[in-house]
Amino acid sequence: MKKLLSGNEALALGAYHAGIKLAAAYPGTPSTEILESLAGYDDIHAEWSTNEKVAMEVALGAAYAGARAMVSMKQVGLNVASDPFMAASTTGVNAGLVVVSVDDPGIHSSQNEQDNRHYAKFAKVPLLEPSDSQEAYDFMAYAYDISEKFDTPVLVRSTTRISHSKSVVKVTGRRTVSNREPNFPPDVEKFVMLPVYARLRRPLIEERLAQLASYAETFPFNQILPGERQLGIITSGVTYQYAREVFPRASFLKLGMTYPLPQDLIRRFVAGVDRVIVIEELGSFLQENIQAMGIAVSGKEFIPRFGELSPEIIAQGCRAAGLLGESPTPPAKPVPELPQRPPLLCAGCPYTGLFFTLSTMGQRSALVKSRVKKVAKPKLIITGDIGCYTLGAYPPLFAMDTCACMGAGIGQALGMEKAGVSNKVVAIIGDSTFLHSGITGVVNGVYNKGEITIIILDNRTTAMTGHQSHPGTGVTARGEKTKAVELERLVRGIGVNDVKVVDAFDLKALRTSVRAALDNPELSVIIVRGDCPDLAAARPRHLVIATEKCDQCNICLRLGCPAIQIDDGQVYIEATLCVGDTCYLCQQLCPRQAIVFQSETST
Amino acid sequence: MKKLDLLIAGMGGQGIILASDIIAEVALASGYDVKKTDTRGMAQRGGSVVSQVRIAEQVFSPLIRPGEADMLLALEKLEAARWAHYLGGGGTVIANNLALPPLTVTLGYETYPGDEEITRLVKRPKNNFYLVNGTERVKELGNIRTLNIFMLGCASLRLPFSIDIWEKVIARRLPAKIRQINLNAFTQGRKEMPGIHLKEG
Repeated sequence: MKKLLSGNEALALGAYHAGIKLAAAYPGTPSTEILESLAGYDDIHAEWSTNEKVAMEVALGAAYAGARAMVSMKQVGLNVASDPFMAASTTGVNAGLVVVSVDDPGIHSSQNEQDNRHYAKFAKVPLLEPSDSQEAYDFMAYAYDISEKFDTPVLVRSTTRISHSKSVVKVTGRRTVSNREPNFPPDVEKFVMLPVYARLRRPLIEERLAQLASYAETFPFNQILPGERQLGIITSGVTYQYAREVFPRASFLKLGMTYPLPQDLIRRFVAGVDRVIVIEELGSFLQENIQAMGIAVSGKEFIPRFGELSPEIIAQGCRAAGLLGESPTPPAKPVPELPQRPPLLCAGCPYTGLFFTLSTMGQRSALVKSRVKKVAKPKLIITGDIGCYTLGAYPPLFAMDTCACMGAGIGQALGMEKAGVSNKVVAIIGDSTFLHSGITGVVNGVYNKGEITIIILDNRTTAMTGHQSHPGTGVTARGEKTKAVELERLVRGIGVNDVKVVDAFDLKALRTSVRAALDNPELSVIIVRGDCPDLAAARPRHLVIATEKCDQCNICLRLGCPAIQIDDGQVYIEATLCVGDTCYLCQQLCPRQAIVFQSETST
Repeated sequence: MKKLDLLIAGMGGQGIILASDIIAEVALASGYDVKKTDTRGMAQRGGSVVSQVRIAEQVFSPLIRPGEADMLLALEKLEAARWAHYLGGGGTVIANNLALPPLTVTLGYETYPGDEEITRLVKRPKNNFYLVNGTERVKELGNIRTLNIFMLGCASLRLPFSIDIWEKVIARRLPAKIRQINLNAFTQGRKEMPGIHLKEG
């Protein structure tokens, strides 16, 4: 059967057909859809875990208990999960464990760019790199077999372009599940990594790598595709597809398993061509490892070391290196002067009011008309985090000073305070991110006598990645009801005395509670609560501007609400965007009461 | 047909990804190899979105090279201008006559290009440029959210796939509640395309 599947859907289907009984993940673009695809099946346990480390541990536990398991995450998720990942490499498994990491070359939706192929070498585990959806599907069966045969977790590395592209998949398999009963066979030398036992495991890892290297020689997706002998190209992943298009007649060594490398196959390929280059995205992982074999290859001398590749970028690099003739027509260039359209906080976003409050309290936002984009000395320092609310850094709000990684803002805020800055420091974190990795920061702040204010923005969903549930929502990945973790009880339990819950759409309450918290010398927590507009019910009425009352002071524009627009000098509210009933921030702001409700039926 | 490379551009919330999914499935059902890819960044939030669909006997790269696309379907005018450099000679641009200024324009930091400027950017020698009043038409039909399917109707006149396959795929991809209105939007797009184009070169 032929199906059009995204890389993520194909990875999920491949794992399902390979008989997994458990899948765990934390949402993160571009990996989210893997677990979402699996959550629809009744015969596996699919869960959103609180973070990637826990997800890895849950999957590892299942693999210890004899059930095939998968854990999937975006590239930075593997940083969070690296501790149990290294441990899994040391202990090995009892049933197949596959770790899917989706890298984000070009930083489409991440805080940094990293090449997670290095994790395979670091952890001494095998690495598979599919180049399209078909391989994403096909590789999964191999990954589980490799994991069990060599007693190791297997790293499958995708990228944004593979995960978010759809291509045709011939679905050949069907789900086959081992009939083995779940069973954990106690074995202290394998599963209890006291130093004495960990030392026993250590040589086994080296033996395993040697065996995997032999296996790589026979792995069917490590293929020589013969072409003209003048140029041989070693490549992997989606880069193969690009390179194949730029050099349709060259010889290719297309690697599906890129760690450990099939050294004999590489030597055979090199011997059969006049010149060898490596074309790979991000790091020089293949190139360095092939050079370490004593083979002279080039690649990163003319292929960019960062950013996403494309056929055009490869062609440019190879032209500069003299590997390609000049193109008959110069490549078309984008129009540079067009206004950008970055992502925004949505109309009706429960975070806008808080950012507006901080922005104006800290004298951070300049008057819109002045066209001044930044103010020199903000009174507040706002440490931020990862989520929709990071968009609060954009104009006209300018209400975020840092964004490093999940949960970092709270620790950063404490560090700034302890460093002795004279400004008040506020840490902002979303509900899902707080549960992911903010809790320990609060514990640390209480323990170390912090005086910071922590604002938890609670929109009751993991919004940025597409509205996944989390432990605070009371709903599981499969849509079933469960116990909801209550944020206010959680922070009180940690020992925070000053905890307030504020309506996200009440500007006055926001201002009062932020002032009170800043004045309190103790560590304080404000939970700003309001539903994400994408999840809100129907909109019975929306707001309109009574133009006869409007004096065009344009203060409403300072919210940065995408529904408030200008036509020929007059602000108006775009009815299809305004969420009306739930959000009335602009109405509270208007000094002339020119913003009023209009029910949609009367328009 | 040797190959067909299409871009569908617009902004988050306009249904770009669904529209490109439908084209890809129509191509697959018509017996071609196809790859499609979306560039959407943090796309829940109304930023620029572009989908690329590549159709041929065998497709390797999911990414189109600038200057080689055969068709650009844009659901908003600024987005048409943004991606026009992907179009090759003899290609077709079908743009919805709708201007949605980004926030930076509303705030006065940047200026939205005028119609003449957009035409200058989009119109290249030997290209066909159609400006269609899609938003207006789907408002008349009663559901503004059918704009993406209306635009597919316009595009379908210039694509070598049978109407049966289009309608079958659209019906399959849309939930029962909004199926018929979308099929109507598709038909409307097909009907109005020759009549309402303003510029052709």
